[in-house]
Amino acid sequence: MNVIVELMIAISLIVSGIFGLVGSYGLVKLKDSLQRLHAPTKATTLGVGGVLVASMLYFYAKTGHLSVHELLISVFLLLTAPITANFIAKTYMARNLKRSDLPDSQSSCGWSIYDEPPESRPVSVETD
Amino acid sequence: MLKRLIPHPLLSLTLVFVWLGLVNKFTLGNLLLGILFAVIIPMLTAPYWPDRPKISRPFKGLEYVLVVIWDIIVANVEVAMIILFKRERNIRSQWIVVPLELTSAEAITVLAGTITMTPGTVSTMLAADGGSILVHCLHTDDGDAVRDEIKNRYERRLKEIFE
Repeated sequence: MNVIVELMIAISLIVSGIFGLVGSYGLVKLKDSLQRLHAPTKATTLGVGGVLVASMLYFYAKTGHLSVHELLISVFLLLTAPITANFIAKTYMARNLKRSDLPDSQSSCGWSIYDEPPESRPVSVETD
Repeated sequence: MLKRLIPHPLLSLTLVFVWLGLVNKFTLGNLLLGILFAVIIPMLTAPYWPDRPKISRPFKGLEYVLVVIWDIIVANVEVAMIILFKRERNIRSQWIVVPLELTSAEAITVLAGTITMTPGTVSTMLAADGGSILVHCLHTDDGDAVRDEIKNRYERRLKEIFE
């Protein structure tokens, strides 16, 4: 295997390790649950991404075939991470926050965990 | 009839590619199996997704994906810096309300996902009528600037793609 390829694999592995570590450290350091949510949703996407890039480079250099699995993993990750974050945030808000803790919605209805959607609009507007 | 058989052509196309990617080897048999899935799965899930999303400019979507990937990389570095080097009491989190001009459910979903994945912001809730979105920002001094950036950078592009 080429030295340059090995170097690139090593660099992406190190980068991913650093971001994974920082993401976990953020969980410990930040105090409030909503702040803690920021650490895993971001710092770890690059952490996982780095491992996937390294894996793609390695298998391409070794077998000559481009492996698509890693691309799919990153697509699934990008699709599912925001939804998990949204669920955690909503659960936290439903349990710990009152209507008065949040700013005004600047819309004709209030926020969706406190207010019902207006009858005339289809339910499909709800995205979460 | 064709609409009944293939309610979401884009979903079907995606399913074929995802299946070929999952088996990681291109053969005729895999392609046929992929096509079979691409017909069956949208038919079974059609009742849960009655409307077809309108995508008027698909190539703008590619630009959007590239912009978002770049922003995710920047976001990772920014958030890492905040976690590592800011004192705990100096981190000023705030709520930001972003009024939405987008109306289609798919576009709002993409926007909410994008906000969660990019610089120090997590989208937490929609107004009950979908007219605005509540964003939690990890650290900022100027909430209005963050709101304007979301509107100019993402919502404007999504509006071009979906409407």
